[in-house]
Amino acid sequence: MVPLSWYLILSAVLFSLGVLGFLLKRNIITIFMSIELMLNAVNLSFVAFANFWNTHLPPGQTSIIPLSGQVFVFFVMVVAAAEAAVGLAIIIAVFRTRETLNVDRVNLLKL
Amino acid sequence: MTKNLHLWVIPVLPLIGAAINGLLGRRFKNTMVSAIALLFTAASFGWAAWAVLQGLQYVNAEHKPYIETVATWITAGTFSAPFGFYLDQLSMIMVLVVTGVGFLIHIYSVGYMAHEGGYYRFFSYLNLFMFFMLKLVLANNYLLMFVGWEGVGLASYLLIGFFFLKDSAANAGKKAFIVNRIGDFAFLIGMFLLIQHCGTLNFGGDNGVFAQVSKYAPEAGWGWITITALCLMFGATGKSAQVPLYVWLPDAMEGPTPVSALIHAATMVTAGIYMIARSHAIFNLSPHALQIVAVIGCITAIFAATMGLAQTDIKRVLAYSTVSQLGYMFLACGAAAYSAGIFHLMTHAFFKALLFLGAGSVIHAVGGEQDMRRMGGLRKLIPWTFWVVTIATIAIAGIPPFAGFFSKDQILGEVYHSPYGGKVIWGIGVLTAGLTSFYMFRLWFMTFFGELKLGSVDLGEEAHAANAPAQAAHGDASHSHGHADDESHGHGGVHESPWVMLAPLVILAVLSFVGGWVGVPQFMGGHNEVEHFLAPVMESPAVVGEQAAPTVRVLDPSSRPEEKPASEEWLLAGASVAAGLIGLFFAYLLYYKRPELPDRITAKMHGIYMMVLHKYYIDEGYGAIFVKPLLALSTVVLWRGVDQGVIDGLVNGAGSASQGVGGELRRMQSGNIRSYAAWVAIGAAAILGYMIWLGVNR
Amino acid sequence: MIIHQVLFIVFGFICVAGAVNLLVQRHPINSALSLVVVMASLALIYLLLGAEFVAAIQVIVYAGAIMVLFVFVIMLLNAGAEERTRGSSVALFVGVPGMIVLAGTVGWLLVHSGGQLGGVTISSSSFGETHQIARLLFKDFLLPFEITSVLILIAIMGAVVLGKREN
Repeated sequence: MVPLSWYLILSAVLFSLGVLGFLLKRNIITIFMSIELMLNAVNLSFVAFANFWNTHLPPGQTSIIPLSGQVFVFFVMVVAAAEAAVGLAIIIAVFRTRETLNVDRVNLLKL
Repeated sequence: MTKNLHLWVIPVLPLIGAAINGLLGRRFKNTMVSAIALLFTAASFGWAAWAVLQGLQYVNAEHKPYIETVATWITAGTFSAPFGFYLDQLSMIMVLVVTGVGFLIHIYSVGYMAHEGGYYRFFSYLNLFMFFMLKLVLANNYLLMFVGWEGVGLASYLLIGFFFLKDSAANAGKKAFIVNRIGDFAFLIGMFLLIQHCGTLNFGGDNGVFAQVSKYAPEAGWGWITITALCLMFGATGKSAQVPLYVWLPDAMEGPTPVSALIHAATMVTAGIYMIARSHAIFNLSPHALQIVAVIGCITAIFAATMGLAQTDIKRVLAYSTVSQLGYMFLACGAAAYSAGIFHLMTHAFFKALLFLGAGSVIHAVGGEQDMRRMGGLRKLIPWTFWVVTIATIAIAGIPPFAGFFSKDQILGEVYHSPYGGKVIWGIGVLTAGLTSFYMFRLWFMTFFGELKLGSVDLGEEAHAANAPAQAAHGDASHSHGHADDESHGHGGVHESPWVMLAPLVILAVLSFVGGWVGVPQFMGGHNEVEHFLAPVMESPAVVGEQAAPTVRVLDPSSRPEEKPASEEWLLAGASVAAGLIGLFFAYLLYYKRPELPDRITAKMHGIYMMVLHKYYIDEGYGAIFVKPLLALSTVVLWRGVDQGVIDGLVNGAGSASQGVGGELRRMQSGNIRSYAAWVAIGAAAILGYMIWLGVNR
Repeated sequence: MIIHQVLFIVFGFICVAGAVNLLVQRHPINSALSLVVVMASLALIYLLLGAEFVAAIQVIVYAGAIMVLFVFVIMLLNAGAEERTRGSSVALFVGVPGMIVLAGTVGWLLVHSGGQLGGVTISSSSFGETHQIARLLFKDFLLPFEITSVLILIAIMGAVVLGKREN
C-alpha cells in the first residue's frame, strides 16, 4: 500500500528537474530532452490517479471514468512523439544554418 | 387691419447686394458693381420709406409699436430670442436716416473711389455695413441688436483697414475693433443682467424688458438696474467713442473718406446713442447712471473740442468734432432728454456727413493732400464744394436758422433744467459750442481762404513722398495719405469734383439747412414736431410718483408738467448763438486777418500746445498701462509658460514617456531563447501558485 | 505490502538519479542515455500501479522509438560537448529559485496532507488490462483517437518538409 502522495512527490520532483534542465542547459537537444522528462512526470501523475480513482471513487459519482487517466497517458505519448519528430526536424534545420547547437547563438530574434 | 410690413426685407436687400458684389464682383466692371450696390441700397431706402408710412398709420392707431417676428432664433430653457423687428417712431427716424444718408454716400463713393483698386470689395463692405446697421436699428430684442452691433464693428474694421497694405490702416482697423470689443464686453454683461432679472431680452410686449423694468421703483443706490444701465452705457462709450474708449475714432480716419462719413459720422457711432435712447426705461430708473452718462458726455464734448483745436489734418479735425458732438448727444441722454439727443443725431448726420464728404471733395481736388496748412484759397477754385462746406460749417456752429442751432439749443436748454445737468454742465456745453465754432471756422478759413500753399511750404517734417509710410505715433505733425493716387492723378491742378460726387453734397446741404425746422421749439413759435413725434416712445408706462425720495421726475420734455418761462429760453438760446459767433470771430481774427498770431500764441504756450497736439498723450498712456503689460503677460506667461511649457510639455512628455516605457519593455525581447524559456516557466509557476492558493483557501 | 513500498523507493531513486544525471552531463548523448534509464524505471513504476498496457507502450514507444530518434539525431549532428556560454541571467536568478520554491511548496503540501489521500495498490480486480483500455479508446474517446491520427500525419509531413536538404 504505497501512499498516493509518494507518487505525486516523485512526479513533482521529476517535473522540477525537467524545468531546471530546461532553464539551465545550453544544448538544444538536451533542452528537448528535459521537456520529455517533464511530460513523463505528468504521465506518472495521471497513471497514479487513474489507479486511485479506480478504488476510491465515491459511490454515485459518474463524471470521472475510471482508467481514463491511462487513456490520457496514451494521448500524451502520441503528442510527445509528434512533437519530438517535428522539433528534431527543426533542430536539424537550424543546425544546418547556424552550425551550432548552442541555444545562445540562435539569437537572431533580438530586437 | 394689421398688415405685414415685411420689415425683414429692409436689411436683407443690402445683404444680397453685399453677397453679389463680394462673391462675383471681382469679375464685374466698375459700373456693374456700383449699379448693384446702388440698386439694393435704393430699394432698401424705398422699402423703408414705404414701411414708415404704413407703420405710422398702425402706430398712431394702436398706440403701440409694430412688432414683427419672423422666426425663433434661440430657445434655451425659458429664455428665447426671436428674429424680430420693431418699428416705432424712434426706429422710424433711425431707419430713414441710415438708409437715406447711406444711399447718398453710396452715390458719392461711386465718384470718389473710381480710381481705387478693390472697387467691388468696397461696395460689398458698404452694403454689408448697411445690413448690420439696419439689423441694429430694427431689431426687437437686445440679442439681435447685439448681432448688428458687432456686425457694424466688423464692417468698420474691414472698411477702416480697406487699404490693408498700409500698416497704419491695418493697425487702425485693429485698434477700432479691439476697443469696441471692450465696450461690447460691458454690453454683454448688461444683457446677462437683464436676462437674469427679466428672463427675456425682447423690447416690446407685455413681458418685454421695458414693461418688466418699469414695475420697479427708481433706485436710489447701486442696485441691479443701475449696474445694468452702467454696463449698457459702457458699451455705448465704446461704439460711440466717448471717454474713455474714444481713442479709435481719430485713427479710423485711415479709411477712405466715404467710410468716415457713413460710419464714423452718421450711422455707426450713433448706435450707442440709439441704444441708450431705446433703453430709456432702464436709465430713467437709475439717477446715478443718468448722472454718469451726463458727466461723461460733457467731459467728452469739451475734451475732444480742445483736441480738435490743434489738429492740422482736415479729417482729424472732423473726427474730433464728431467725438465732441457725440458727447453732446450723450449729454442729452444723460439729462433724460432723449428726443433732443435723437434730434441732434439726425441733424448731425446731415451736416457731419456733408462735412466729411466735402472734405473728401477737397482732398480729391488737391490730389490727396490732407494737411490744412498746405491748403488755402480754394474758394475760387472749387466753388460748389466751398458753398456746401460753408453751409455745413454754419450748421455745426449752431447759428440759426441752420439745422445745428435748433438741435444743439434744445440739448443745452434741457440740460440747464435737468437735475442731472445743471448750470455748470450747461456752461461747459456753451463753452464747447464756442470751441466747436472756433475750430470749424478755423478749418474753413485755412482751407478756403488765403493762398494755396500746396507743396511750397516746408513744414519742418520729413520729405513729402507720395505714399509716406505713417509713423508709429498717430495724429501728430505727420499725416498719412488716404487717397492712393495723388501725384499721378492725371488731370493736373486743382479741379472741381464730378457731379456724381457733388449731387449728394447738395442734397445734404439742403437737409442741413432745413433739417432743423422740424424741431423748432415752442417759445420760438414752432411746434417742436420731433419732440412730439417721439413722445409716445419716451413716456414711461408707469410714471413714478414724486413722493419717493430722491425723486426721479419723468424727465423727458414731452411729459414735463411745468412750463418754462419763455424769456429764460430766449436767454439760453441767445447764449449759445453768442458762443458760436464769438468762436467765428476768433477764427476770423487768427486765421484770416492776422495769420501770424497762431504761431506766436503757440510759441508762448508751448507746453500746453504740445500736450494738446499730442492728444494729452492718452494713446501713449493706454499703451503703457494696458497694452504693454498685456503683451508681456501674453508672451511670458501664456506663450512660454502655458503653451510651450505646459501644453507642449504634456504632449511631448506623453510621447517621451511612451518611448521610455517601450524602451524598458524592449529588454524583454532579448532574442535569447533561454530567457524566453525562463519567462514561460515563471508564468507557469505563477499560475500554479495561484491555483494552489485557491485550493488551499477552499 | 511493504514490498511495494520498497520497490517504489528503489525505482523512484533510480528515476531521480537518472534525471539528475541528465542535468549534470555535458555531452548530449550521455543525457539521452540517462533519460532512457529514467523511462525504463518509470515503466516499472507503472507496473507497480497495475498499468500493464501503459508500461508496455512506455517502453516500446517512448524509450524504444522517441529516445532512439533523439540518439539518432545527436549522432547525426555530431555536435560534441557543449561549451560554456553566457546565457540568460533571468533564467539563472529567477527561474531556478522559482522552480525550487514551487517544487518545495508542492512537496511540503503533499507531505503534510498527503495522508488524507490514502494509498494505491495493485488490487486483485483487473484493471489496466489492454482490452479495458481498448474499450475506452474506441468507444468513449473515439474522436480524440481519430484526431491524434491526423496529428501524427501532420507531424510526419512537417518533419519531412523541415528536414529536407535544400538543393
